[in-house]
Amino acid sequence: MKNLWSIAKRELQSYFVSPIATIVGAIFLLFSGLFFYLGVLQFEYYSNYSQQMMSYGYGQMPNVNQVVFTFYFFWLQLILILIIPLLTMKLFAEEKRTGTEELLLTSPLSVGQIVGGKFLASLLFFLVLLLLSGLSVLFSFLYGNPELLPILSGYLGLLLVGAAFISLGLLFSALTENQIISAVLTFGTLLILQFLYYVFLFTSGFLKNIFGSLSFTSHFVNLIQGNLDTADLVYFLSFTFFALFLTHSAIQSRRWR
Amino acid sequence: MIVVDHLTKKYGELEAVRGLSFTVDKGKIWGLLGPNGSGKTTTMRILTGYLAATEGRVSVGGFDVFEQPNQVKMIIGYLPENVPLYPEMTVSSYLRFVAEIKQIPRSKRREAVARTLEAAGLETVRNRLLRNISRGFKQRVGIAQALIHDPQVLILDEPTIGLDPAQIVEIRQLIKSLGRERTIMLSTHILQEVSQTCDGVAIINEGRLIVSSSLAKLASSFADREGIVLKVRRGGREAAALIRKVSSVDKVEQEGTELRVEWAKSCDPREEILSIISQKELGLLEMRPTTPSMEDIYLKAISGGTVQ
Repeated sequence: MKNLWSIAKRELQSYFVSPIATIVGAIFLLFSGLFFYLGVLQFEYYSNYSQQMMSYGYGQMPNVNQVVFTFYFFWLQLILILIIPLLTMKLFAEEKRTGTEELLLTSPLSVGQIVGGKFLASLLFFLVLLLLSGLSVLFSFLYGNPELLPILSGYLGLLLVGAAFISLGLLFSALTENQIISAVLTFGTLLILQFLYYVFLFTSGFLKNIFGSLSFTSHFVNLIQGNLDTADLVYFLSFTFFALFLTHSAIQSRRWR
Repeated sequence: MIVVDHLTKKYGELEAVRGLSFTVDKGKIWGLLGPNGSGKTTTMRILTGYLAATEGRVSVGGFDVFEQPNQVKMIIGYLPENVPLYPEMTVSSYLRFVAEIKQIPRSKRREAVARTLEAAGLETVRNRLLRNISRGFKQRVGIAQALIHDPQVLILDEPTIGLDPAQIVEIRQLIKSLGRERTIMLSTHILQEVSQTCDGVAIINEGRLIVSSSLAKLASSFADREGIVLKVRRGGREAAALIRKVSSVDKVEQEGTELRVEWAKSCDPREEILSIISQKELGLLEMRPTTPSMEDIYLKAISGGTVQ
């Protein structure tokens, strides 16, 4: 555990002095603010509409959680597809390119500790971004009364999706010594997985079940709607562990070239 | 301290190291000498546990590298060919990180970093970023990171490459002073480096061991020997066969019309050799004395010859 933290700490320090991480953080926060603002605009529009309808005796006031937060979380998840590859691309690729990998692998550390440390560093950096983006959520409690639990479940969803994306990025970073290739492969794979969700939406029956189970978006949508289901948790955790396991094997197998 | 036993490493079809065996005793500085691409780096990477061997065994300090890698890594300090530096870190924060991953307990890290900064002469640059320091300082940081956990064994891959002459002298002195209480193995393709810093040498070429011996032993095996290089106009093979029959000659090598003849110092066969050549009318063109030396062995190893 101590070794894992040593790796994670160095990686975090390098995030905070790296221009890429700063830019990634800025973009994420910019979009998080934008999506929240759009969500609120949308809510305002629906409210006015509903008030008119209600004056005729129809309808009801819109739900803040559904209109603002479901929208907000869904779009933030799409931004993750863009920014997570930028956070993970250097993790192993850069070590291989500069030869520092040799230092790590000839130190009394296990490959598991190295992989775990790097994963933890990215996850913590991402967690910091999530917490910062939570500021706008605080405002919605000042001016309205949204339900807390669905919001927490949405954030848990973002964290789980982030963890899964990071583990996938880590795997691609371990497979190449070029940061760009690592980022592009991660980005491409995440996009394809994203498309599975649209296949899920437009198919039916047996196929719908399959694509629904495979796509991370359909599991994520359950979480942001506040339906906390073990199946979704198991999906994300097993996705993450499996990618980390493959990363471990990729690093280990390099010794046997 | 270091035992390499029938080590073989294949990269796919390519055999980088072929059946290499040698030992280095405790407290010795041993040079691994060979031309570029002869398998030095591969050998060192296997010694440090970075690469796995295809065949054979390696043990360091009594621990088997394949079965007890972490024990071996605890007692080895390793300077890879490319110094493993994180450019965005300062010299001292980098050394603190290395101290952590080399399992130095928290209470002793500060002292270990300070001691290493001093030993490697890095105090003046301790707060500079690694990307901004000169090549010579980078090499010193590389040696510092290898030293930080006070290892019994140091493995240094081309420690003086890319340095200017003054820096080379400094690094060699540093290595010598480190070698007083440690076992050191350093690789190089420069002969002088071995004769100036090492107690012994393992010469390899194309992954095969040419010779492994202490320098003193090598020197004494040359000390009582003399030799000549002969050039004849014709009949090189015939001349070689005849000269081999001369009783005091114990080594003849022939390449076309050029012959190398060696003998023990006490009995000089030169007159006999001359009379053979003039009797057979082979046409003596040239005759010059040579003293066999380590350079011969090394040059021969590089040019692909073998040494008996």
